Amino acid sequence: MESGIFHTTYRADMVLRRTHAQKARIVLLVAFVLAFPFFASRYGLTLANQVGIATIGAIGLNILVGYTGQISLGQGGFMAVGAYTAGILTARLGMPWYASTLVACLVTALVGAIFGIPSLRLKGLYLAIATLAAQEIIIWVVTHWEVVTGGVDALVVPNPMLFGVQMNTDFRFYWVVWGLAGLTALFTVNLFRTRYGRAFIAIRDQDIAAQVMGVDLFRYKLLAFAISSFFVGLAGALIAHYRNIVTWERFTIDVSVLYLAMIIIGGLGSVSGSFFGAAFMTLLPAALTNMSRALKNSIPVIDAVIPFIQQATFGLVIILFLIFEPEGLRKMWQDLKDYFRLWPFSY
Amino acid sequence: MLRGFHHQLNISQLSPGELQLKVESVSLHFGGVTALLDVSLEARQSEILAIIGPNGAGKTSLLNCISGLYHPQQGRILFYNDREYDLTRMHPHQSARLGIARSFQNIELFRHMTVLENLLAGCHVHMRVGLIPSMFYWGPAEREQIEFRHFVEDIIDLLEIEAIRKQAVGSLAYGLQKRVELARALAMKPAILLLDEPMAGMNAEEKEDMARFILDVNEEHGVTIVLIEHDMGVVMDISDRVVVLNFGQKIAEGPPDEIRRHPEVIQAYLGES
Repeated sequence: MESGIFHTTYRADMVLRRTHAQKARIVLLVAFVLAFPFFASRYGLTLANQVGIATIGAIGLNILVGYTGQISLGQGGFMAVGAYTAGILTARLGMPWYASTLVACLVTALVGAIFGIPSLRLKGLYLAIATLAAQEIIIWVVTHWEVVTGGVDALVVPNPMLFGVQMNTDFRFYWVVWGLAGLTALFTVNLFRTRYGRAFIAIRDQDIAAQVMGVDLFRYKLLAFAISSFFVGLAGALIAHYRNIVTWERFTIDVSVLYLAMIIIGGLGSVSGSFFGAAFMTLLPAALTNMSRALKNSIPVIDAVIPFIQQATFGLVIILFLIFEPEGLRKMWQDLKDYFRLWPFSY
Repeated sequence: MLRGFHHQLNISQLSPGELQLKVESVSLHFGGVTALLDVSLEARQSEILAIIGPNGAGKTSLLNCISGLYHPQQGRILFYNDREYDLTRMHPHQSARLGIARSFQNIELFRHMTVLENLLAGCHVHMRVGLIPSMFYWGPAEREQIEFRHFVEDIIDLLEIEAIRKQAVGSLAYGLQKRVELARALAMKPAILLLDEPMAGMNAEEKEDMARFILDVNEEHGVTIVLIEHDMGVVMDISDRVVVLNFGQKIAEGPPDEIRRHPEVIQAYLGES
C-alpha cells in the first residue's frame, strides 16, 4: 500500500526507495543475493556468475543505447578490449586481477570514446554502421596484433587472488561478480539522478532542446560512450578472469547482437531491465539445453536439432517481445508492482 | 498560502532599460533562400519585445540565430551582461551559460522525464558537482540536487503546476506541456527569455493564463522577454515594443499602438487594398 506516506523534506522525497514496500523489496533482494550461493548447486552458481557478468555488460550498453539513444553494435569489440587488456596485464605483466581490471575499464572507456566520435555527426542506422566498424576493427586488431594479443590463439589468464585466497571456484568468484554488479547498478542509478544522467536522457529525447539547455552534445555523447564502455570493459575483464582464457571468438558481432537483444527484452533505459534481460538471455539457452537433455531418451533425434531449436526460440522470443511488450520485462515487473500497489483496493 | 519566491531567477546584472541584446544587420541564407536580410533590432533589460509577421517571415530563424542554433552569414549579435558577449558564432550550449533561454514552437520537452526532471535538466548549466561524486550521490552531490529541488519547486509554484510535478511530460495535455516548457526555460535562470509562439494552439483561457505567467516573470523578476506570437490581441496587450518582419526583412518597429496603424504592416497582413 502506498497511501499514507507523506514526506516533509525534499530529501526524503528524493531518496531511491520511498515506500515501505520498496524498502522491503530491496532488503529481500540483497538477502537473496547474499544467501543464494549457500544453497545453489555448482551449476546454479555458474549460471549466476554468467548472469552477473552479463548484467554488468547490459547495464553498460543500456547507458549508451537505452538512456542516451546512441545505438551501438560494438559491444562485442569493447568487451574484447576489456578482456584482452585485463588478460594481457595479468598474464604477461603479472598484475593483480583488480588492478588489471581497473586499467582494462579505463582503456575500454578511452577506446569507446574514440569510436564514439562519429556519433556527433551520425544518428540511428548510420551510427549503427559506424559502431559495427568499431566491432570489426577491434576484432581485426585482436586477431592480427600477435605480439601483444597472441593473435587467434587463446590467451591463458591465471586465477585471480583476493586476500590470499584463490578465486578458482564459482562460489568464490560469485562474490566478486555480484559485488561489482551491485556497484555498477548503484553507480548507474545515481548517475541518472544527477545532471550527467539527465543530460544523457535529454540528448536521447530531444537533442536540440538539450543543446539549448546548455548540454554540450560533443562532450556528453563522448562521455556516454566512455562511461558505457567502462562498464562493458569491466564485464570483459571479468570474463577474462572468470574463464581463465581469452579468445576472440567470444567477442564477435553475435555478442553485440545478443546484448542488444538483452536490453530490448529487459527494457531500454532501465537498470533493472538490464538485469532482467541479462538473466533471461543467459538462462533461456541453458533451460532449452536442459529440456532437450531431459527429452533425449524419449525423442532420440532431438540432440541433432537442439542448436536449431535454440536459435529459432531465441528469434521467436525477441519477435514476441517486440510485438507484445516492446518496453520489455521491466514493464511487466512494473505492471505487477502497480497492480499490487493499491491492492486489494485497486479502484 | 503563497510561499513566495526564494531564489534569484534572473541572472542579468543590468538595470531596467539598459541595452541587453543587439542584433546588427543580420543576414541568413540557406543556399539560395534568404531567411533574414539585414535585420537589426535591440532589446532592453526588462522589456517585452514582440516579433510578429506572416508565416515564413523569418521570426523563428531570428530566434535560432540569437540562441546559436543558426549562424548568420552577415551581421553581428551582441549580448550584454557583466560585459559584452558576441553571440554570432556561439554554440547553443555556450549561449545557454550566459542566460539565454528559450522555448520552442513545437514543444521540445524531454518526453520520458517527469516535469520535475525536465526542470532539473533545465538547471544543467548551474550544477557543479563532478562525475565521480555524482555516481556516489554522497554529500555535495545530494546537497546540490536538494538545493536545486528547492529552486525548481519555486518555479513550479510560480507556474501553478504542482499537481503534475511527478508526471511524465509526454502524457500531459498540450497546454500544460507549453507551460512546462516555459518552466524549463525559467529553470535556466534566464537573463533573457526567447519564447517561440508560447500560446499557439491554446484556447482563450489557457492563453490568458500563459499571458499572466509571462507578465509575472517579467514584472516580478525583471526578465527580458522576446516573444513570437500570432495572436495580435495578446501581442498588443502585453508587449512594450513590437518588431514586424516580412520576407526576412524588418518592415516596422515601435509601440503596439503605432504598429497597429502602420500602413506597411497592414499591407503585409491583409495584402494590397
